[in-house]
Amino acid sequence: MKRVYVNEKWCLGCHLCEYYCAFANSGQSSMVKALKGRRIAPRIQIEERNNISFAVSCRHCTDPICVKSCISGALSIVDGAVFIDSDKCVGCYTCILTCPYGALTHSEQGAVQKCELCKTNEFGVPMCVQGCPNQAIVYEER
Amino acid sequence: MNYVIIGGGTAAVGCVEGIRALDREGNITLLAAEPYPVYGRPLISYLLEGKTTEEKMLRYREPSWYEENAVTLLHRRAVGVDSGARTVALDDGSALPYDRLCIATGSRPFVPPMDGMDTVANQTSFMTLDDAKHLEEMLGAGKDKKVLIIGAGLIGLKCAEGILERCASLDIVDLAGRILPNVMLPEPAGIIQAHLESKGIRFHLSDSVARFTPDTATLKSGEVLPFDVLVVAVGVRPNTELATQAGCSVERGIRVDSHSATDVEGIWAAGDCALSHDISTDTDHILAILPNAYFQGETAGRNMAGGDASFTQAIPMNASGFCGLHMITAGSYEGDTYLSREDGSYKLLVTRDDRLAGFILLGEVDRAGIYTALIREETPLSSIDFALIREKPQLMAFTRAERAKKLGGVKTW
Repeated sequence: MKRVYVNEKWCLGCHLCEYYCAFANSGQSSMVKALKGRRIAPRIQIEERNNISFAVSCRHCTDPICVKSCISGALSIVDGAVFIDSDKCVGCYTCILTCPYGALTHSEQGAVQKCELCKTNEFGVPMCVQGCPNQAIVYEER
Repeated sequence: MNYVIIGGGTAAVGCVEGIRALDREGNITLLAAEPYPVYGRPLISYLLEGKTTEEKMLRYREPSWYEENAVTLLHRRAVGVDSGARTVALDDGSALPYDRLCIATGSRPFVPPMDGMDTVANQTSFMTLDDAKHLEEMLGAGKDKKVLIIGAGLIGLKCAEGILERCASLDIVDLAGRILPNVMLPEPAGIIQAHLESKGIRFHLSDSVARFTPDTATLKSGEVLPFDVLVVAVGVRPNTELATQAGCSVERGIRVDSHSATDVEGIWAAGDCALSHDISTDTDHILAILPNAYFQGETAGRNMAGGDASFTQAIPMNASGFCGLHMITAGSYEGDTYLSREDGSYKLLVTRDDRLAGFILLGEVDRAGIYTALIREETPLSSIDFALIREKPQLMAFTRAERAKKLGGVKTW
């Protein structure tokens, strides 16, 4: 299965992946409407310190501890990718307790949100990858 | 191959999924005493709070799950196990043969004898969906009931949160001197207590009920608490009787090895009825938490199907929230401590022998799983930048090579 992989050597720390992610999952038709004047809550997040930066998003583990730990069954694996049913999620944060990458975050709606590889929005392919100007994030089989 | 699973909860789901990862052919029979498909037990408080519905919570696994996994679901109670003849006796007098058996019988509420308790008509435990429905019915829609909860552990407090908006008053009594005595240290317990008190909950700690009348509880301290509805959430006891009868070693919980196997051939056990080896304290005890039930169940299932799976990373861990205050805890609190408090958040990291032994986070809980993984994987702290980890959970604390493995999959840069 194709996954999002990160090569920190190429990351500029420009945060464009975060903006593209927030836009892709906003349901808005334009980036301006989606992002201007808003505090974004992207599902991919940059860690940076000194000269090092890199993006972190769901690894779509083959053996995901978040799915096994989920108390409501909101997290599930479909064709190898990990999805969240925010309607079933009760916001207990057991997935935040267990994800070794810190890749799930709380959403403004109270449930948890995570990268779904843009499979559930209108774009269909990871927009963080599309938006990365330096190919520090790629979408490929490994 | 005939697989039989006694119990219909999370451990059983893990067991089925473990078996089916390796064996699509064998017959699986699941014995569930409750008249429902599987649900996540901790959801009952969220149900009362209105954060989920019965329909949603009964979709812990989708309705097609039983059929897709070729599971025969029997809503029957197992009353005996004959490990020689390899049969399970059911409550209708029939016997079910098995080749491989998983005991996932969970636990039941422990109700200590209290004087006059049998005179209280409106009382319930808080473990099952039926308990939640019973409680909801007793509370009614009038927001006029005075509720008394015995027990300030996780079950009692989540119950309190779930019904707070539905009752006129809420009193909680606990013998311990602090709330959440099993998962919290005194200071963070005090923070949560103060938060819940600000929402209107009244605590009566280091106290217990001396006697009940149908609508009052007189405490040892002499205080008299009137109530309309009583919830008993003192603790739970593992359901180990069938395992004992089958000849399995039982010491409080059913003894299992890292393969979830009991010491009786052909019998595995998982979930709240079974012991775990807690690597954060190097001791064996019951870890009555949902993820652990799944991990043990899945391990049992894989091994029942002829695989070689082991589960060696058990630790106590909890994520919960109380009226908007989030709490995440894991591991043990014995060791050197690193405490920080800022902006209403509380963070305690505990280290021992170059390892993260445990942590408590209140308020700010983002990315806590990075801490949990350090405990579960027993990562030497000397191999990471501990100053960065103390600051916040971050992958920046790992070496570049380690990070490349984590974020780059199999490929190293």
